[in-house]
Amino acid sequence: MNDAVEVKTLIIDGQEVSALRSQTILEVARENGIDIPTLCHLDGLSDVGACRMCLVEIKGSNKLLPACVATVFEGMEVSTRTERLQKYRRNILEMLFAERNHICSVCVSNGHCELQSLAQDQGLTHVRLPYRNPDLPVDASHERFTLDQNRCILCTRCVRVCAEVEGAHVWDVMGRGINSMVITDLHEKWGSSTCTRCGKCVQVCPTGALFDKSKIGSDHPKYPDFLLNLNLMREAQ
Amino acid sequence: MNLEELEQIAKNVHQETAKYDHEVNVCMDLACASQGADKLRATIVEAAKGSDKKVLVRRTGCMGPCSSGPLVRVDPEDTLYHHVQFTHAEAIVAKLGDGPVPELQCDLNEHFDKQVRVVLENAGHIDPEKIDDYIARDGYKALLTALLEMTPNGVVHRITESGLRGRGGGGYPTGLKWSTVAKASGDVKYVVCNGDEGDPGAFMDRSVMEGDPHRVIEGMAIAAYGVGASKGFIYVRAEYPVAVARLTTALREARRRGLLGNGISGTAFNFDIEIRLGAGAFVCGEETALLASIEGRRGTPKPRPPYPAVSGLWGKPTLINNVETYANIAPIMRNGGKWFFNMGSEHSKGTKVFALTGRITHTGLIEVPLGIKLREIIEDIGGGVPGGHKLKAVQTGGPSGGCIPADMLHLGVSYDALMAAGSIMGSGGMIVMDDTSCMVNVARFFIEFCMTESCGKCIPCRAGTAQMFTLLSRICRGTGTMEELELLEELCDTVKSASLCGLGQTAPNPVLSTLKYFRSEYIEHIVHKRCPAGVCSMQIPVAAEPVVEVLA
Repeated sequence: MNDAVEVKTLIIDGQEVSALRSQTILEVARENGIDIPTLCHLDGLSDVGACRMCLVEIKGSNKLLPACVATVFEGMEVSTRTERLQKYRRNILEMLFAERNHICSVCVSNGHCELQSLAQDQGLTHVRLPYRNPDLPVDASHERFTLDQNRCILCTRCVRVCAEVEGAHVWDVMGRGINSMVITDLHEKWGSSTCTRCGKCVQVCPTGALFDKSKIGSDHPKYPDFLLNLNLMREAQ
Repeated sequence: MNLEELEQIAKNVHQETAKYDHEVNVCMDLACASQGADKLRATIVEAAKGSDKKVLVRRTGCMGPCSSGPLVRVDPEDTLYHHVQFTHAEAIVAKLGDGPVPELQCDLNEHFDKQVRVVLENAGHIDPEKIDDYIARDGYKALLTALLEMTPNGVVHRITESGLRGRGGGGYPTGLKWSTVAKASGDVKYVVCNGDEGDPGAFMDRSVMEGDPHRVIEGMAIAAYGVGASKGFIYVRAEYPVAVARLTTALREARRRGLLGNGISGTAFNFDIEIRLGAGAFVCGEETALLASIEGRRGTPKPRPPYPAVSGLWGKPTLINNVETYANIAPIMRNGGKWFFNMGSEHSKGTKVFALTGRITHTGLIEVPLGIKLREIIEDIGGGVPGGHKLKAVQTGGPSGGCIPADMLHLGVSYDALMAAGSIMGSGGMIVMDDTSCMVNVARFFIEFCMTESCGKCIPCRAGTAQMFTLLSRICRGTGTMEELELLEELCDTVKSASLCGLGQTAPNPVLSTLKYFRSEYIEHIVHKRCPAGVCSMQIPVAAEPVVEVLA
């Protein structure tokens, strides 16, 4: 098949769909109402393929591909919900819940948390892994926002939105492996960092790791959709 | 620099060495240097001055059997002396031309007989800081011949024909990689050498970079000509200061000789190399993380595709190969692809350098034709397990590899056979373990390594290896349960299949392979609270651990 052809046809979960050559599997699937779970992906930001929730199986290949970055090719057969994939997704979620201190009942994002919703969708009822219960700091030095490392899942959405959309690159990741942490500037207090106080990172944070101090209880829905509108407006300029 | 000038240099070197009746080569590689090879060499020089013999004293790279160091080889007799101290200098010089010094003579015929030296052909024979020594042993001939007489296509074709596969561990066909980069469109292309050797117990690449740095540079230059690149990077870990110093000297000398730079040998081919230092991250041996590190960013891997061959350094087509792969290029160009193809086993051609370590008589650097039986390596070359102990397993491939049990020594060493046995070839670490090693503890060691070296980007590797480490630690302490063993196996599967890069995808291998061959040891730890090798100290729990109830 000629690679230069712009439109490709493929099969996702038995459904025949068409796609543009440059589209990712995730884009095509969502266009056609096929839901693939994601955590680190956010429409409007670059993709890093880090959370591994969107892994899909491709017929004829042993490797699982992250749907958020894998582009389509002609005649590919994608399965998004096999038993194997669902098991991995549940295991990954379990790892996340056991990694830091996610205690929904006392979290500002309870009821609005992407991690929580995803766990519910995937039918996760128990965590079999030993909880790590790490001792992690909370940075409340900022006048408007708080960073609670206990709830961070290292999706790096805050890092990307700050660098790519706000253009400030205040956030980054420090340390490696299980000791990785998001930091502001060169591990300054958030309050005394070069933060522009735009609040985009708070809106895109999928959990209660970044939250607005003015919210109390669990009344903290987030609105990451602003990104798409912002991008549209910028393109129009 | 053209071929005649190259030959003239070689001739000069030969004339120069012909002035001497004897050559005393002193191995100055790290293992020998740490045992006083420096002082030894100085003393030999002094002793030679004091005698009326014409003696050339040369410092060289690694000669191989590091456990017998410091090593000295006397030419033209080709006598190898082991465990040489500076006090022996007088005796060695006095005996030159009059038979060997019997008490120092090293009889390692079996050790050397089964080896075939391609990558290490110059190691122990040349002074790594002298480009002329390298040129005298046919150095840079392959590069100039390729530039003057071959097309880039022809170069790639010869490498493809040789059947060479990537020596970094993956075993990807080198020729295919080269032709992909050659065909990739782009005006700027890069050639990168991966010298971020990070496997515990592996030192093949270090020895090549320290003992024969020009070989790597020549290989890279030929590759650059083949794929159409004009800029190269050698990524070396900062923990190898000697390798960095030798490479820096080698690059300077190559530039001075006009073997790097603009218009090499009067052709239109421009090529130069920069050295970049790693900052101590194992994950930067993964190609996309390495490229990120060269670009000055945090060393984390990226999902592939796009592969570096299409979009690598700064988005340009990039060829990235391991040190040993580049070290194989010049001999293949000189001797032809067929010559290389005829060595080795069916799908694994040529030779492979291994760093033989652990519970074995002769530890050190060996180079063997692929397909050689594991038994030959352990028993003939390595001299078997010392101290009357029994061989238990051979670990290959570092933290990404697995343990091959003693009853599988009939296995031929090749990419596919090792893979089928649940291990991998890896970059060439080979750790021999005897009955004093606890396999659960070994698995725990490697998982701990992967846990601390995980970059933290993807969840399965970051959190999964940490969980596996916790579970393995519990088993080692005698507090593990059979349910947890099941959980551990499930975690292995998830981490292996779902991780982003090679580090995570192979991290469970040490656990999986020990579970496959030494499951009884795990059961012994869990059920009988006993470590068969006596390594793990068991803590019999006083009371059941409190259950931490956390609502999620």
